[in-house]
Amino acid sequence: MDEIQSLLQGFAIALTLKNVMLMFTGIILGVIIGVLPGLGGANGVAILLPLTFSMAQAPGGTTSAIILLSCIYWGALFGGAITSILFNIPGEPWSVATTFDGYPLAQQGRAGAALTASFTSSFVGALVAVIVITFLSPIVASFALEFGPPEFFSVYLLTFCAFVGMSKEPPFKTLATMMLGFALAAVGTDPVTGTLRLTFGSTHLLTGFDFLIAVIGLFGIGEILLTLEEGLAFKGAQAKMNMKVVLETWKELPKYWLTSIRSSVVGCFMGIVPGGATPASFMSYGVARRFSKDGDKFGTGMVEGVVAPETAAHAAGTAALLPMLTLGVPGSPTAAVLLGGLLIWGLQPGPLLFVEQKDFVWGLIASMYLGNIVGLIVVLTCVPLFAAILRVPFSVIAPIIMVICAIGAYTVHNSMFDVWMMLVFGVLGYAFKKLQYPLAPLVLAIVLGDRAESSFRQAMLVSQGDMTVFFSNALVGSLTGLALFLLFWPVIALLIARLGRASA
Amino acid sequence: MQQGDKPAFGVRAAEIVVAAGFLALGALVMFDSARLGFGWKEDGPQAGYFPFYIGAIICGSALVNLVAALVAAKGKDRTFVEAGQLKLVLSVLVPTAVYVGLIGWIGIYVASALFVALFMRWLGKYTWWKVAAVSVSNSVVFFLIFEVWFRIPLPKGPLEALLGLN
Repeated sequence: MDEIQSLLQGFAIALTLKNVMLMFTGIILGVIIGVLPGLGGANGVAILLPLTFSMAQAPGGTTSAIILLSCIYWGALFGGAITSILFNIPGEPWSVATTFDGYPLAQQGRAGAALTASFTSSFVGALVAVIVITFLSPIVASFALEFGPPEFFSVYLLTFCAFVGMSKEPPFKTLATMMLGFALAAVGTDPVTGTLRLTFGSTHLLTGFDFLIAVIGLFGIGEILLTLEEGLAFKGAQAKMNMKVVLETWKELPKYWLTSIRSSVVGCFMGIVPGGATPASFMSYGVARRFSKDGDKFGTGMVEGVVAPETAAHAAGTAALLPMLTLGVPGSPTAAVLLGGLLIWGLQPGPLLFVEQKDFVWGLIASMYLGNIVGLIVVLTCVPLFAAILRVPFSVIAPIIMVICAIGAYTVHNSMFDVWMMLVFGVLGYAFKKLQYPLAPLVLAIVLGDRAESSFRQAMLVSQGDMTVFFSNALVGSLTGLALFLLFWPVIALLIARLGRASA
Repeated sequence: MQQGDKPAFGVRAAEIVVAAGFLALGALVMFDSARLGFGWKEDGPQAGYFPFYIGAIICGSALVNLVAALVAAKGKDRTFVEAGQLKLVLSVLVPTAVYVGLIGWIGIYVASALFVALFMRWLGKYTWWKVAAVSVSNSVVFFLIFEVWFRIPLPKGPLEALLGLN
């Protein structure tokens, strides 16, 4: 078992004092970020990314940097549940489904049970996903080593078509924001010929749009503006957490083992296929409601209704790192930001990472196991502390978050122009969110735009402009075929529904 | 959310504006790509090859969204933003824009302190000593984190120069 041995080496790397300290720092920062409105996994990591630039230059520093950033991500995943359960405000989109049963539980005075159930199932979901990553990713990576430009482009195509086919937003809106992302990625120097594109003589646009700025603006400023509409007050339940509540809830949880397994499977699948944590949590809540014998009581405060979405959200959020590491295709906006971090630190995500940067990859995977254990301990013990943050009035917290976003945007390139762009993206994010234009494909397209274009053009060069290269062998053909199937899924689904109605 | 607040404008109008914006942007991308050449030269695809089709897809999907918004029944229009909400959003957005403008002039620390102070005083109605304490200590903490701990220089202005902190 090569994987086990590599993993043990990874633990040796991750278990240094410095890295464990970074895990704690990352988790605590992450939970705070997850609890605060306007700061989430994606923009939280984006804001803190510049802080790791110098850290990553030290020997072995990239591993420490990724441990810090990925732990922020896990922390944010945990933190989202706190606000959902105590305040009925989903701190993250993937914790919306947690509010359905979590908040009623809190109102009945069982907030402690709801929180324990949610943290524990988050942990279980993440653990399953990390095990999947440990054993599946070396296989995927060695398989992907054989990939040429056409195969890579078809993987990108699959990623983006999946967004069109599977998102609940209108397909043409998904397409529009996604292509906007590609257009923004194309601004600046053409990666192949060096020609300047779409700069219109502006020197600011020479280097193009940085996706970090877009993420901070779209998710940060946009979210604050949306939150403002809802008013300025947070009213929440008190959380009583002590060992007794935790142990009692843990005694109850094994009852829901089937729900946990189902939700983990849904979550892992949705995370690897770029569906993301949010649809995974809804889907698994729906599945659990259908299969549970108490299904009709869902929504009134069932522990099972907290277990299902939390397991799936955490499994999906973690599994989203699998395609990011092995193929260089992130499965979620936060994974996209982490991928951007790798690029900035000078690492090339993709199958070669498993060959050339073994220490980095296995250090990261080991840190996922440890980070989630650390996360579980931190959140179970510190809930009242984190909940107190939300009692800070919005008129204090909102400007401070704005300041953090501005600093984050500035530090990416030390440029004021970026801060202005962040503001523009913020207004865009606000309007897009209200009009159901999805943001995730936009971010992924900005990150992957150049790479998708390069692989497309290289494939075209090899085939001399012949599009059939994307069907030239079984592998690339089935990837492209699947991509097209997903792209046209909305139409196909409509046709099936029509046919079904006609025959009925 | 205040009830019975009158809508500032409807979803339909917002949809039309956003779709038209996408259309204009797509056209701009296609125009610039056409200038660079979107064809095929002996050394491969030209620089505008990929973006041209991106622009074309933006235009296409923007047209679909635009038509969908235009044919949507006018009577069923929902509120995009209520007047009261819009006021609240603008009361945050405008000071933020001013704040970003100020950063270049007086440095990020002083501008941030003023920004936080304005918010607390205006929207939170805090007493002056609380306002001063929170806004100043916020900037000091950020100064310590960025300039001292991580050694990342942020924009500074006349006050920092006066204190010799540059």
